[in-house]
Amino acid sequence: MTWIAKPRLHHPTLARNSLGYTRRDYEGKVSTLCAGCGHDSISAAIVQAFWLMDIAPHRVAKLSGIGCSSKTPDYFLGPAHGFNTVHGRMPSVLTGANLANRSLIYLGVSGDGDSASIGLGQFAHAIRRGVDMTYIVENNGVYGLTKGQFSATADPGSVSKKGVANTDGPLDLVGLALLLGASFVARGFAGDKAQLVPLVQAAISHKGSAIIDVISPCIAFNNHAGSTKSYDYVREHNEAVNQLDLVPSRNEITVDYAAGETVELAQHDGTFLRLHKLREDYDPHDRIGAMNYLHEHQARGEVVTGLLYVDPAAQDLHAGLETVETPLNLLSEAELCPGAAVLEHINSSLR
Amino acid sequence: MPVTDARTVPAAPLEAVNDFVVKFANVNGSGSASANELFARAILRMGVPVGPRNIFPSNIQGLPTWYEVRISGAGHLGRRGGVDLMVAMNPQTWDDDIAEVDVGGYLFYDSTRPLAATKMRSDITMIGMPLTEICNSTWADPRQRQLFKNILYVGALAALLRIDMGAIETLIAEQYKSKPRLLEPNVQALRMGYVYARDHLPAIGLSVRRSNAVGDRIFIDGNRAAALGCVYGGATVCAWYPITPSSSLAESFQNYCHKLRIDPASGRRRYAVVQAEDEIASIGIVAGAGWNGARAFTATSGPGISLMSEIIGLAYFAEIPMTIIDVQRGGPSTGMPTRTQQADLVACAYASHGDTRHVLLFPEDPHECFEFAASALDLADRLQTPVFVMSDLDIAMNQRLCAPLAWSETNRYDRGKVMSFEQLEAGTDFGRYKDVDGDGIPWRTLPGTHPTRGSYFTRGTSRDAYARYSERGRDYVDNMERLLRKFDTARSLVPPPVPNASHRPTTWGAIYFGSTAPAMREAVESLEQAGLAMDILRVRAFPFSGAVREFIESHGPVFVVEQNRDAQLRSLLVDDFGLDPARLVPILHFDGTPITARFIVGAVKAYAHEAGMPT
Ligand SMILES: Cc1ncc(C[n+]2csc(CCOP(=O)(O)OP(=O)(O)O)c2C)c(N)n1
Ligand code: SF4
Ligand SMILES: [Mg+2]
Repeated sequence: MTWIAKPRLHHPTLARNSLGYTRRDYEGKVSTLCAGCGHDSISAAIVQAFWLMDIAPHRVAKLSGIGCSSKTPDYFLGPAHGFNTVHGRMPSVLTGANLANRSLIYLGVSGDGDSASIGLGQFAHAIRRGVDMTYIVENNGVYGLTKGQFSATADPGSVSKKGVANTDGPLDLVGLALLLGASFVARGFAGDKAQLVPLVQAAISHKGSAIIDVISPCIAFNNHAGSTKSYDYVREHNEAVNQLDLVPSRNEITVDYAAGETVELAQHDGTFLRLHKLREDYDPHDRIGAMNYLHEHQARGEVVTGLLYVDPAAQDLHAGLETVETPLNLLSEAELCPGAAVLEHINSSLR
Repeated sequence: MPVTDARTVPAAPLEAVNDFVVKFANVNGSGSASANELFARAILRMGVPVGPRNIFPSNIQGLPTWYEVRISGAGHLGRRGGVDLMVAMNPQTWDDDIAEVDVGGYLFYDSTRPLAATKMRSDITMIGMPLTEICNSTWADPRQRQLFKNILYVGALAALLRIDMGAIETLIAEQYKSKPRLLEPNVQALRMGYVYARDHLPAIGLSVRRSNAVGDRIFIDGNRAAALGCVYGGATVCAWYPITPSSSLAESFQNYCHKLRIDPASGRRRYAVVQAEDEIASIGIVAGAGWNGARAFTATSGPGISLMSEIIGLAYFAEIPMTIIDVQRGGPSTGMPTRTQQADLVACAYASHGDTRHVLLFPEDPHECFEFAASALDLADRLQTPVFVMSDLDIAMNQRLCAPLAWSETNRYDRGKVMSFEQLEAGTDFGRYKDVDGDGIPWRTLPGTHPTRGSYFTRGTSRDAYARYSERGRDYVDNMERLLRKFDTARSLVPPPVPNASHRPTTWGAIYFGSTAPAMREAVESLEQAGLAMDILRVRAFPFSGAVREFIESHGPVFVVEQNRDAQLRSLLVDDFGLDPARLVPILHFDGTPITARFIVGAVKAYAHEAGMPT
């Protein structure tokens, strides 16, 4: 697949994309997370995706909530402005940022505690509004940063490191996102970069709320036998529905796939998603079908991954609000202030 | 038609021209609001100032509601206290309403059904008019009967108080300009009421006489004015969640933008309004927009402030401009919320966890709601911090006569210290939290400005002057001390206090703010007539300027007059200046109704009496 095609150079980090950036330009500070944390793998996938997509890193705004996962925006895209907001409220802050300047690319990073517990309301409402963003939930089934309490995505029966079994029902963010009308819904696994990088690419090029739930094992608190979010469990129970490439419109890609196994989806920005169907019965345009598929496999204990649903013709919040093309933060005083004469007119209507 | 019977004779009926209080007692949802407003506006059109106030329940239909109109040729727009003429249209509240009328006053009521003698008072003039009977015999449609009953009493009041019928009819014509079908029956009902009163009701001692005391003033409610201030001040993002008494502010902003902020070329909008899922999301949206360089605001009330607190604190530490218009009400829960108070001062001044201090502005009327909403947007950008406009229900939801809204063509938005691409390109040193010129305000950059310079990671407090992650104690302390310097800078940027010296030398002083202003001014006048001269100072912002301290130091006693239980402004004064609390004498009104001049006069006189002064 295109994204893993090793550059011919000896130092892979020095390969340049069409803008002349190396992968290093997409990196950030050195991570302070536990060695082996799934979140770091996701950061690497994000670096790779943006580099591959030839997006100038400073044109991205990266926002997060609070948690180990939410710390990661400091560890990628150094030249981009980042905002570590408060616990569970990244979606609203991102919404505001997006309203202020629609010309940037918005990346929201969150955790399962951040999005499924304290922030469930904001997760839902940002999706309802169709905020144009890539929203990545780094899902480990626990609160990593506060040392291992169960989050709302923990499966019943999964056992904490301290030996306590979870009895509460789980929230499945993918199922919820489908229900809430998200126009792009995918699930990845931190341990499967081959699948994850193109999912991130596709989400970035999607116009609307693109949700990716990424199973991301916490090696400190939730990677033991008995956990349903461990590397071993997910590897054994992963049910991938498709593999995909993102094909930039300007690059002619000449990969041959047998008809019937490949679907091409035109994206809003002119790129194509090329889906290699691993399951013949899977149609990513069918929201209800996706929900059924998800639930059937969930019932069997399988974790469905891949692009579950996409609406390539989706529109975002700005379309609904009918805002001008010029970013609101660039509008001049002359464009904003109606002036003294208009005010005089208003005054005289109030006498 | 039956002739009215119910007139008992009081000792000395009140007599007044252009100086009295009329109160309407109605049932919510009966259509009385627009008739009552018509009454107030007609008097305004006669050049006589009026100060009307709604006192309404938090439901849509069925509960009692009152509309009190202060008529004052002298221009007192606050509540005076007491009632000279009660228009008692609600049998449910009859007992309280009749009890409220001043001795010698008047009560106008619907005499269709006879009232027991025990329901009357002999020390006031009772004026009965069979409104229901007239309506029932004139109109068949029940809805019309109800609506025209209101117009009918407006016509009757016009006859009783000698209000110019021409003024009322002009107003009705303006109101039904686009619905001429409704014009005629309304005028008919008005005239019917007028003629009946003229022919059947006794003359009374209260009257309105044409004057020219209104001048070029306008009549507008504070929420609309504040919304216009946000339009003029350049706000492009508004996020809000409905809550009385602030909702009409966001709705007005949207309406005005719809007229004034459409890009002529594309027809698209130069603004974004989001009705969020709650106040946490509202303030989150405002924070994100402010971080990204758009002027953003929210309008809310006390419960909303509680929910917003965490993000307000983040914005204080992360130094994000945001404007919060808090329309204060009684709290918590429902019921008192549709009453007015000034009880969010402490909650807003110190909103959030950790050491925080926020800038508050106190508008006195719609004119200042406009002015302060616009200047809050400037101050927020200049100071890179949350700025609160502390309105309240009394100002926000009542139409108030005030100076015309003012905008100078030479006004320029102050966008504050935002480092440009050119500055970064030229190699200007950028430390996000670095105080380069001693005012405590650092430079900021907006996302997307420069490919390699000026980006930073925004977080709460764990950072050094260059926004690098740091948990060192020294870095934390330096940052916190800089934030205090910034707060001191705010002192000189916020609107200064407005002094009003007594005509006679005195050491007595009073400090007041916001919606207390008109009642305070009237109280001071009447105290001076009673021999108690007092200098007064209206504070318009927190932090307080040095002039406030000087006023306190040069006076004694110093009263602090406010509309809350806990003397919150007094607490802020004590805290900001490190004062001995005993220097400040609280005068507190907090029953949910707007403070009255009589209340203030009573409190000051009681103090004087206790101090052994002749009053
Ligand atoms: C209002 C609030 N409550 C509680 C916390 C404490 N807290 C910090 S991170 C966290 C949980 C994070 O869990 P998750 O989002 O799953 O992130 P992870 O660390 O697992 O990546 C909590 C409860 C907080 N920061 N703010
Ligand atoms: S505690 Fe868990 S989630 Fe946090 S850094 Fe360590 S492994 Fe990652
Ligand atoms: Mg987690």
